[in-house]
Amino acid sequence: MIEVKNLTKKYGNFTAVRDVSFQVEKGEILGFLGPNAAGKTTTMRVLTCFMPATAGTARVAGFDTFNQSLEVRRRVGYLPENVPLYLDMRVRPYLEFIARIKDIPSRDRKKAVNRVIELAALEDVENRIIGHCSKGFRQRVGLAQALIHDPDVLILDEPTNGLDPKQINEVREVIRSLSGDHTIILSSHILPEVSKTCERVLIIDRGRIVAGDTPANLDARLRGSQSISVQIRGPVKEVMDLLKKKDGVVDVKTRSSLGESLWQYDIDIIPGRDLRPELASSVVENNWDLLELTTAGMSLEEIFLELTTQEEEVS
Amino acid sequence: MQGLLAIWERELKAYFISPIFYALTTVFIFIVSFMFYQQLGNYTGYFMQAAQYPTLMERININEMIMRPLFNTMSFVAVLTLMPMLTMRVFSEEKKSGTIELLLTSPVKDWHVILGKFLAAYTLYTVMIGLTMIYPLVLQAYGDPDWGPIWAGYLGLLLLGGGVITIGLFASSLTENQIVAAVICFGAALILWMMDVAAESMTGTLGEIVGYLSVLRHYNTFEKGIIDSTDCLFFLSFIFLGLFITVRSVESTRWRG
Repeated sequence: MIEVKNLTKKYGNFTAVRDVSFQVEKGEILGFLGPNAAGKTTTMRVLTCFMPATAGTARVAGFDTFNQSLEVRRRVGYLPENVPLYLDMRVRPYLEFIARIKDIPSRDRKKAVNRVIELAALEDVENRIIGHCSKGFRQRVGLAQALIHDPDVLILDEPTNGLDPKQINEVREVIRSLSGDHTIILSSHILPEVSKTCERVLIIDRGRIVAGDTPANLDARLRGSQSISVQIRGPVKEVMDLLKKKDGVVDVKTRSSLGESLWQYDIDIIPGRDLRPELASSVVENNWDLLELTTAGMSLEEIFLELTTQEEEVS
Repeated sequence: MQGLLAIWERELKAYFISPIFYALTTVFIFIVSFMFYQQLGNYTGYFMQAAQYPTLMERININEMIMRPLFNTMSFVAVLTLMPMLTMRVFSEEKKSGTIELLLTSPVKDWHVILGKFLAAYTLYTVMIGLTMIYPLVLQAYGDPDWGPIWAGYLGLLLLGGGVITIGLFASSLTENQIVAAVICFGAALILWMMDVAAESMTGTLGEIVGYLSVLRHYNTFEKGIIDSTDCLFFLSFIFLGLFITVRSVESTRWRG
């Protein structure tokens, strides 16, 4: 459905996106994840024909975004990060205007507007001036705007930005209900956002794709070694010796002293094995005090941070 | 085509919702009315004098003495001073609020967007100018003005206004700051106005070229009541050129982002 090949976009001397390639199948929900200014918005702007690429090609539904731009635009619904609303218009007339510029024939227009008003649950505000609507409603009007011509492809730039948790859930619900019929790309710099709604995630940093997979695989693949953190009161040297001798332990480090002979230890272990019961019993056997024992696996958040900061060291 | 109409209509409604149009029209009508009142006063005074000296009577011309100064005022106030304020928001506002992204990612051709916006501003301008038809009608009620030069004057105003509106659109497409857009438009229009003065101090071919570019010189023929195809062509190409560079400017926004 979407095919991006070696896409590069430069603003003067600044390269916003460099040599990015990816594909999205029909009905898939793809998430762009990356810190601010990573190139997410720029990539989306190329896909929606807002701006042409400096190099490389992007095809949507088989049409080239540069040469067949009008065809692409007919098939894409776009919610920019800054929701494009005319604040002095009322909700329904605004949607009617959008229906017209999206080339919906006049006999279907009313139906199309009613459909998105229902879909985005805007019945209560349809006669309100958009400027008087709350942020949550504005976001939903933006979503309704993107959906009005029932596009094959939906491109949503930070669709839940600035909403409260309840509203975030509502918008997520709407997005999820749209998958299947629609191919969706959404971007976010917030992890749970992407891992909850998307089937596949591309992590983008500094204009490059640094990783791409399903949230679960990404998690498993990048997790590497796991570690356990323990607080034990007992003679440091002996504790260290005992821990190091355990089967499955890769490395042991003392992190900090928390008081007289009370230390915090970080234990790296081979992933996939749970050593916690064994560790606990051997500590107790030696008559030491075990005060805390937690696993410290990397969350998606840490993976994300690691990936994006590693990049920094390289360049 | 549907997109063009939709944009024209939305733009018109936006003008009518916002106070800009009302404020501009009020100021415009107030100034023009004042001028009409002044000219009418002068005219009646002159007429009284002429009543005593029959030879002067022949030189009295209601068109020359009232309508022509009125057209002059209208061109200066409505076109030069007020048009920049009418057009400054056209693209700047959309750029600032981000709605430009909506327009440029919709299945509407760029020049349809621009033409729609041009026609909306032009419609309003026509309404503003149309309101001043009351003055020749007043003259008609009490006197006997020649309608030929009046229609020619209005045609000139419409052509001149169209040209300045395209400058305004172009200026607005350059920046997201409305004030800057207004200043650019006003400055550019003022330069075109002053070409006439500049041409006088130049000699030879250069003077001729600069003189030809002076919008005032072309507009003055209409004021006199002459419809010359040269002048019509001048303004039509002016409008076309203005629209063309606006399309180019909007396209370049895409490339620059």
